[in-house]
Amino acid sequence: MIRYILRRILYAVPIAFGVSIVCFALVYIAPGDPLETVLPPDATAATIAIVKHAYGFDKPLPVQYLIWLGHVVTGNFGTSIATGRPVILEVSDALANTALLALFAVPLAFVIGGTMGAVAGSFPGRWIDRAVTGIAVAGVSVPNYWLGIVLVIFFSVQYMLLPATGMGPNGSTGFRLLQWNSARFLVLPVITLAMIPIGILARTTRAAVAEMRNQDFVQTLRAKGLSEWAVTRHVLKNALPQILAVMGLQFGYLLGGSILVETVFTWPGSGFLLSKAIINRDVPVLQGTILILSLIFVATNLVVDLLQPLIDPRIRRG
Amino acid sequence: MTDILTLREPVATFTEETPPASIVRGYWQSVFYRLRHDPITLGFGAIVALIVLAAVAAPLIAPFDPYAQSIIARLKPFGWRDHLLGTDELGRDMLSRLIYGGRVSLLMGVVPVVIAAMIGGILGVVGGFVGGRVNTAIMRTMDVFYAFPSVLLAVAIAGAMGGGIGNGMLTLTLVFVPPMCRVAETATTQIRALDFIEAARASGAGTLTIIRYHVLGNVLGPVLIYASSLVSVSILLASGLSFLGLGVRPPIPDWGLMLSTLRQSIYVVPLVCALPGVAIFITSICFNLVSDGLRAAMDVRM
Amino acid sequence: MDYRSSDGSTIDRHDQYDHGGPAPLLVARNLRKHFPVKGARGKAVRAVDGVSFTVAKGETLGIVGESGCGKSTLARLLLHLLVPDAGELIFGGEAVGAAGGIAVKTLRRQAQMVFQDSAASLNPRLPVRDSVAFGPFVQGSTKDEARAIARDILSRVGLDPDMFGPRYPHELSGGQKQRVNIARALAVKPRLLILDEPVSALDKSVEAQVLNLLRVLKRQLGLTLVFISHDLNVVRYVSRRVAVMYLGRIVEFGPVKAIFERPQHPYTQALLASRPSMDPARRIEMPPITGDPPNPIDPPAGCRFHPRCPFVEAICETADPALRVVEDGKSHFAACHLRDRVLGRGRLADA
Repeated sequence: MIRYILRRILYAVPIAFGVSIVCFALVYIAPGDPLETVLPPDATAATIAIVKHAYGFDKPLPVQYLIWLGHVVTGNFGTSIATGRPVILEVSDALANTALLALFAVPLAFVIGGTMGAVAGSFPGRWIDRAVTGIAVAGVSVPNYWLGIVLVIFFSVQYMLLPATGMGPNGSTGFRLLQWNSARFLVLPVITLAMIPIGILARTTRAAVAEMRNQDFVQTLRAKGLSEWAVTRHVLKNALPQILAVMGLQFGYLLGGSILVETVFTWPGSGFLLSKAIINRDVPVLQGTILILSLIFVATNLVVDLLQPLIDPRIRRG
Repeated sequence: MTDILTLREPVATFTEETPPASIVRGYWQSVFYRLRHDPITLGFGAIVALIVLAAVAAPLIAPFDPYAQSIIARLKPFGWRDHLLGTDELGRDMLSRLIYGGRVSLLMGVVPVVIAAMIGGILGVVGGFVGGRVNTAIMRTMDVFYAFPSVLLAVAIAGAMGGGIGNGMLTLTLVFVPPMCRVAETATTQIRALDFIEAARASGAGTLTIIRYHVLGNVLGPVLIYASSLVSVSILLASGLSFLGLGVRPPIPDWGLMLSTLRQSIYVVPLVCALPGVAIFITSICFNLVSDGLRAAMDVRM
Repeated sequence: MDYRSSDGSTIDRHDQYDHGGPAPLLVARNLRKHFPVKGARGKAVRAVDGVSFTVAKGETLGIVGESGCGKSTLARLLLHLLVPDAGELIFGGEAVGAAGGIAVKTLRRQAQMVFQDSAASLNPRLPVRDSVAFGPFVQGSTKDEARAIARDILSRVGLDPDMFGPRYPHELSGGQKQRVNIARALAVKPRLLILDEPVSALDKSVEAQVLNLLRVLKRQLGLTLVFISHDLNVVRYVSRRVAVMYLGRIVEFGPVKAIFERPQHPYTQALLASRPSMDPARRIEMPPITGDPPNPIDPPAGCRFHPRCPFVEAICETADPALRVVEDGKSHFAACHLRDRVLGRGRLADA
């Protein structure tokens, strides 16, 4: 067991390095000189050379990478071109807001998607199964930024029930989770963000439950005279680890994939930060945000893999 | 134990029961047979065909020029002066732009998947069949790209390279190569362990011959199934990139881009603004259901 | 050569170009194959650990042993599907793979293999006639020639090429699939056929038919067979000589009659005693061997059978016994320190 944990952690290390190399390379696949954003268009050759040297761009690439990596490891991701603040502060503020969305969206998706999937899997082939399968396909096919717009049109424009965008009058600093005045800003983004995980969790749960019901031990339970409800409980208990693993992965996807939804709702999270950085061509923020988000994703995967054997004794690997 | 030569002739006493020959013969024939008898997949496949047809024949069926602007006709509701689906913020006909927009969206949905399936497929088959260090090198590299959520990877690459249709397709291709490679590698590794590969080697066949005659036919199924499921993802991602300003550039009609620019006008003509999303949604759901049908028809152990 | 006639009178035999004289067709000398164990440095599964034997032209050599004793690995070594770690393979008087010997590709034209899992050894995406034609095609025939060969060989194994040729593996029964596999192996006109548990997965009635088919084909085509099985009755039925394997080694080797009537190694005796008997008077009261075979990763020191041997003595735990002649005038070998005493005790027990 400890062997497995160590192996899995060791396996994540080269992946993390690979991720950092990809993020480092982002600056260089951008067309034009990376200095373009820093230098005025009429800079002289001498100025260019001085700035190049100051930023270390005159050194060979591997050396540049190592210098950059050294900075990154100590938390120095550079400063934002747009705001002049350190990237790390920009990202950590934004990340907290995104995590807030994900923390509500994932459990919501688990409850709704899991229930739908469990019901559908218990009655395979019946109308309820078909209905759930249809909803699940719709959930994974919907462009969620469009869904966000539709929800805004409906709840904000037509009926004026909920705010359309933002986090409230004072942004994230004035946000109070326990006050409806603030919390109501969460409702639409959370619903929108939960849509894809709902579809995925409904599908996963349906498949897991339907497969579990086909196994011999379910026949044994029935033969023992257990009620259908008790049988369902046994089935769910056995299907749960797989569903929880998928849920953990969805959490990681939401952290990294909320950019479109946050843009629609101008929710000041990491995705919105990215979207602003793209418009402003703010390369340090772009690079730093992507690096941090993808490392969090790697870590989420790692945690899911490590927790799984704890929940599910069947997959205790050597 | 008597000598072998004195034994009786056996072939005549052949009595084993023969399973009936199926109506359909090979794997692919049986796939088409099942597809033909699957009304849901056929129905949604027909819608996909209609969408494709409309996009191809856009100049013939679009009622207006998708680029023709008009200051007086800006942001008009459904049915305003022959504009069946209203007009956009520059007074261009929505229906025509939606029809033309299908061209770019379908292109961005299909081309990256096809290219990624070829590149990833080749890498996966070679890696899976050769095994060893070559495979480890290929798969560990893929794992790095796999470690990004796909939306993030797409935004990162497109954000660094800048917008445009070409860059958008390149980005999506890069995003889809690793998962394609993984699917092909898994299928190849499974096939490689089967005795018929060993038997082919025993007949003296070289690696390339075995891959060509025995591996590709068996890997094609899983790769096709997975690729078909990616088309819908690709359409969603492509329109998402355009929505962020990282894909198609104005004034080219594209569903994601239209959604992005019309977003400002939801207080004026809410229904018109939602239209491009409806187009994306319908296309994506149809591709998804067709892909599910394909999976059901192909995912059969024979 | 062709297969056009099917009555057995004017057939070309696969051994017609034999220039090797009376030398044995196949000699295996000290073959060894160890598989490294993942995650454990220096440890290896000793699947085949020093195996030597000869196969004479036209004979059937049976190889028996429990599952996991290295039979299948041995079969793959004989075709160079696995490259042996050590040892030598001589086919038709020439060393395989060595300089001045014959190439592996040539070996694979002259020796072929039939696998246990009749379903997994046919490509599910190809009609069986294409699976059969693949061998000749790879060996240089044109597609048309290969198809003609496939037709002939299919009818020879008792399958009407028009009826069965276009079928896919899932449209055939287990026995028919195994016939196709035999046809696939024979299509390149080999002299040696290695059969790895060819009938273990088949029903008993079908098994007999396939075994009879093999006998006829062997006679008609002048084949030499190496028949690997865990089923003693099957091996007794088809073989002229038998090798008994235990944990990667041959422990007894000799003519089929000697092995089955006068087994010398305690392991062979136990194997024979554990066969189910139809005679209630000869019912087995006590299990002849207890325990599972020891782990081939860590085979016991000395005689590998000693932890399960009812006659074990001090020497068995230290010294590794060699294969030695046990019956004068007969080529009957066994690897056991105590074979004489075992012989005595075994007869006492019988009486």
